[in-house]
Amino acid sequence: MQSLGLDVLFKGSNFIRLLEGLWVAVRISLISVVLSIVLGIPAGMLMTSRSRVIRALFRVYLEIVRIMPQMVLLFIVYFGTTRVFGWDLSAEASAIIVFVFWGCAEMGDLVRGALISIPRIQYESAAALGMNQLVSFRYVILPQTVRRLIPLSINLITRMIKTTSLVMMIGIVEVLKVGQQIIEANRKASPNAAFGVFATVFLLYFLICWPISTLASWLEKRWA
Amino acid sequence: MKKNQLIAAAAAAVLGISLLSTGTVFADEAFRTLDEIKESGTINIGVFSDKSPFGYVDENGEYQGYDVYLAERLGEDLGVEINYVSTEAASRIEYLQTGKVDIILANFTVTEERAEEVDFALPYMNVALGVVSPDDAVVESLDDIGEDDQVIVISGTTAETYLVKNYPDIKLQKYDAYAEAKTALENGNAAAWANDNTEVIAFAIENEGFTVGIPSLGSADTIAPAVTKGNETLLDWLNEEIVALGEEQFFHADYEATLLDTYGADYEDTLVVEGGAVGTVETEAE
Repeated sequence: MQSLGLDVLFKGSNFIRLLEGLWVAVRISLISVVLSIVLGIPAGMLMTSRSRVIRALFRVYLEIVRIMPQMVLLFIVYFGTTRVFGWDLSAEASAIIVFVFWGCAEMGDLVRGALISIPRIQYESAAALGMNQLVSFRYVILPQTVRRLIPLSINLITRMIKTTSLVMMIGIVEVLKVGQQIIEANRKASPNAAFGVFATVFLLYFLICWPISTLASWLEKRWA
Repeated sequence: MKKNQLIAAAAAAVLGISLLSTGTVFADEAFRTLDEIKESGTINIGVFSDKSPFGYVDENGEYQGYDVYLAERLGEDLGVEINYVSTEAASRIEYLQTGKVDIILANFTVTEERAEEVDFALPYMNVALGVVSPDDAVVESLDDIGEDDQVIVISGTTAETYLVKNYPDIKLQKYDAYAEAKTALENGNAAAWANDNTEVIAFAIENEGFTVGIPSLGSADTIAPAVTKGNETLLDWLNEEIVALGEEQFFHADYEATLLDTYGADYEDTLVVEGGAVGTVETEAE
């Protein structure tokens, strides 16, 4: 296996370190996803608000998130807040803030899309049955919305996991960074390590993301 | 849009926000003084984690290398624990300016532009630029670079600044991480790779099929520890420490422990700066 550079993975605690790096990436994205969903649902409801001002505000928010590269956001939150406000946020907290800022907007947009895709007649039928707004939302609209939402939000999770590779820029050592460290530490002994290590990192990302996206497409077929 | 442009944009955005806010900025100093560091019992040192043999992580997860050897000694003499922060070339200044690390020991080349942003202590190593290219098309002069050829650089390094300034016509292929640049050259994505000469010499020794066509380019520079601008107590201590370490030939021992395998004994006196005294010409930009 020398030629593929896989041998370096079994030196010392290298493989454990890769897995620890993977856990860092998964932990950041999991926390971010949960917070994004919790904050994204009310955000999405507000995006369908009758108030023009609220809608416009969320429109601006969504556009900012879409236009700003995540790396710029990471730098602003990690370094910028220290410069301006003197806050000393940890790198991981900064990463989670950025991912939630991003995820909440995307999630909100998905919720908005799911909500307006529910035909008007559902609201009217619920009202005709004597349900008030809250009850009809809880028992008629929400169950249908969630079904449409889950497959879409799962895709957001896999995108977040893949985007965590950027957090190395603010000093977080995640799986890809560990991979680069292993390659560099062995550049003399195993010059081919890059292939084996990057292939392993690819496999690790795949093993995490594939079941998630399979689940998404399964749910999509089942609930569509 | 390339990543390095994003970093530049990010840095500009951060700067922009800081300029917008007035008054409250730096109510507290951005850095920790020598006494504050000693009191806290921990010093934050920014090093590279993927730049063997200067700063890297070994198979047991321990930081190693020429820079780290010095860092370990600094921690010992200060009597504090060391918290290593893994930095990238492009974020080193930002880390110091926000006080997120106390010292940067990440193969930091002293330049005039950088000296306006951070304070450099006495140097501990010499460096110039070099260019490495494949054996079958050795680049011996930057004038040989064709119109369609690209040269690899790592964002935020002196090589990038030098080429942009002096060879604006050369197309650059920029990478953020050392490992990415190395992979790109090995895959033949560009005609050559410009970096610190130590890097390219080591690269050519280790990788068959590559030659250092240009071993020394630009002005001879030095590598030094850097602290947040204005952190005089820490800077003074560092300078005294480096002078004192010179008396015991500390940096020669450091070279022999960390760099000998990579560069061989021939380069020891060329590369090492002992006691902060640069033997050759004084460091000047241009």
